[in-house]
Amino acid sequence: MMLFIYTVMPMPSTCLIQPIPTLSQIPMDLAREPASLELRLLAHRISAGFPSPASDYVEEGLDLNTYLVRNKPATFLFTVKGDSMIGASIEEGDKVIVDRSLTPRHDDIVVAVVDGEYTLKRLYQHGNRIELHAENPTYLPITFRGGTELQIWGVVVGVVRRYSTRG
Amino acid sequence: MPSVPQFALVDVNNFYVSCERVFNPKLEGIPLVVLSNNDGCAVARSNEVKSLGVKMGTPWFKMKHFARQHGIVTYSSNYSLYGDMSNRVVATLRTFTPDLEVYSIDESFLRIETVASLYGGAIPMGQQIRQRIRQWTGLPVCVGIAPTKTLAKFANHLAKKHSAFDGVCDLHALTHPERLAWMLRIEVGEIWGIGPKIAQRLHAMGIHTVLDLYRASSKTMRAQFSIVMERIGHELHGIPCLELEDVQPRKQILSSRSFGAPVESLEALREAVASYLATAAEKLRRQQSVAGAVHVLLMTNRFKEHEPQYNPSITIPLNEACDDTLRLTAAALKGLEAIYRSGFYYKKAGVILTLLSDKAQRPVSLFDDATTHKKSEKLMVTLDVINRTFGQGTIRSAACGIEQPWAMRAESRSPRYTTRWDELPAVQ
Repeated sequence: MMLFIYTVMPMPSTCLIQPIPTLSQIPMDLAREPASLELRLLAHRISAGFPSPASDYVEEGLDLNTYLVRNKPATFLFTVKGDSMIGASIEEGDKVIVDRSLTPRHDDIVVAVVDGEYTLKRLYQHGNRIELHAENPTYLPITFRGGTELQIWGVVVGVVRRYSTRG
Repeated sequence: MPSVPQFALVDVNNFYVSCERVFNPKLEGIPLVVLSNNDGCAVARSNEVKSLGVKMGTPWFKMKHFARQHGIVTYSSNYSLYGDMSNRVVATLRTFTPDLEVYSIDESFLRIETVASLYGGAIPMGQQIRQRIRQWTGLPVCVGIAPTKTLAKFANHLAKKHSAFDGVCDLHALTHPERLAWMLRIEVGEIWGIGPKIAQRLHAMGIHTVLDLYRASSKTMRAQFSIVMERIGHELHGIPCLELEDVQPRKQILSSRSFGAPVESLEALREAVASYLATAAEKLRRQQSVAGAVHVLLMTNRFKEHEPQYNPSITIPLNEACDDTLRLTAAALKGLEAIYRSGFYYKKAGVILTLLSDKAQRPVSLFDDATTHKKSEKLMVTLDVINRTFGQGTIRSAACGIEQPWAMRAESRSPRYTTRWDELPAVQ
């Protein structure tokens, strides 16, 4: 539940803006409450006299957290091993962002549990047929016959990669 | 406007064990125990282990043989993971109502009388809470609903132990004879705030079941015990009169206070939180315990309905359980800064030391005497800067030891799946 706070700040000078959370706080920060929206509202400067037309376009900077994470308490990160999703441009060592609150649908990339192991595949659902497809021709689809239950851990909503050779 | 209050107590089943299972599907259905700080004794048990008759707090060195015999898997406590998962559960609960009090690392009270109708009633709301927490966090919870906190705890106990309730027990939905029948079936020691010693004294007076206590005269209870016991009696009759401070869970230390006048500034709150923490830490050391996490909470005045309301809280897990005021203060202030928003009139602040366990043979802390928070705060900042520059642990309080010969035994701690880049779960 988001609280919207409007505070009137009488001083004409620019108010201090608290820093918006940055990517460096992932994943430690994932469990916290969304704060940036409230902070943005506070960041508006309200001065006596005519409001500056530019204040409607206050730049907030770009926050990778809000770009990648839509539902913090339900979002988790995994490290990718292997090359089964190479065709979807997901490589060994990438971090995938997994949202458990989404209902998995056909064609989603999902983290599923197969034989007690996590597997990253594309969900294929056609009529009664449910399969997990790799995006690499050397892997066969994983099929589920009547009676077996496919457990989906969460839906992949993004991937991040850092080139570690620099910085 | 305020109708009959309806409290929902949401409690995670076998919390530590369930956290481990979220990230390791192979543990599903396997008897599992989580050990305390220093791998001393069992602090969480899966249902499989409970049905083997293993009791809470069993010293584990006695159990090695038994564990091998029954294929019991053991894990060391993973405070980082449990603290983070606890915050996720609370954040999920806040999507139902902001009117929420975090009672312990795995329990929260929600006031639901004004919002339950949005979900089609109390029981459907309880089911949606279970479903949403299960889906978002992977954790199983039970919900107990009643007009008082004591009864909500009781209802939660029923929801957990009796499958007929399907995880949600609303005492309002039972008939009066049904409620009495359940009270007859439950031992009086299960009631919130009645510890083993008081239970023994009650037994001696012929009070064995919850129903016996329900029928006991409130005057006798007050004369024999305390005002708290009298209030428990009122609460069992549906008259709300217990605040959180009156009944503390065994495994945590709460230090909180209402302010004489509303407080707005972060600076004032920092001072309050730091001084409450100093009190709590002193108590922690007195009882020879260490804390694995610090919980910080703020409250606005819920009775001033025209004022904007904000009741945030957060759990900050520590990498290692400790009793060091400096480290605990740093964690508490970090938590405070994360939840503080300007523009509210705060009525109350508090800290809760949680994930407690017995302190194993450790040197006496140099900082056992209450250092003033101002001083420790400054020291903490310097310390942080140096540690950030030269690596974690370059400087630490002497209380932690330099060689750490006692270093905490955590032989089989699971990875910190949600708080460390290099310990994320792997997916093929």
